[in-house]
Amino acid sequence: MAQAADALAHLTEISTQIQAAVVFDREGTVLGSIVDDERAGRIAEKALELFRAAEKQGSQELVQLDASLPDGTVFVVRDADRLIAATTGPEPTVGLVFYDLKTCLRGFGEEPPKPKPKRAPAKRTTTPRKKDDAAS
Amino acid sequence: MPRRRALAVAAAAAGSAAGAVFLRRRATRRRERAELYFADGSLVTLSQGSPEPDQLLAQARAVLAAARG
Repeated sequence: MAQAADALAHLTEISTQIQAAVVFDREGTVLGSIVDDERAGRIAEKALELFRAAEKQGSQELVQLDASLPDGTVFVVRDADRLIAATTGPEPTVGLVFYDLKTCLRGFGEEPPKPKPKRAPAKRTTTPRKKDDAAS
Repeated sequence: MPRRRALAVAAAAAGSAAGAVFLRRRATRRRERAELYFADGSLVTLSQGSPEPDQLLAQARAVLAAARG
């Protein structure tokens, strides 16, 4: 889960517009957030309901949505089985927020780089000199 | 004198028209709407006023309320 915390920490670092963000799966299980657990659970539940309702509006697979309200904007982005929901104040830079959320979600799915196995030191072998060489 | 009055009336009319345009633009910008992006690259914009967008916007309001505790 270290990479999850890193991805969310990076999100809050790069985006000053995002006020709350929660990563969750298709069942609504919270995988990480920048708010407390109780709020994260409620956001995930409501955002999943919003996403499912929005999915019914088109025949294609829904990948992201934003809903603008006078007092703030809600974003939901999906990447495979993971989703991220975020809220901002009114009139955010929509494209930039989507970009940051996608980057965060991708970072969430990445495996931490495995340390390369150390190579065993090469064995030193001594080859006996040929008799002829030794003679000459 | 009538010329000055006519100018004043024209200036007032122009000012009020400009104000109306400004207010209308501001209201349009602040209108509640949802934008849905699909995998094939299509975008559906839903504005308030019809039943389905209103339901989506109500759910979005619930997300905002949950985020603000």
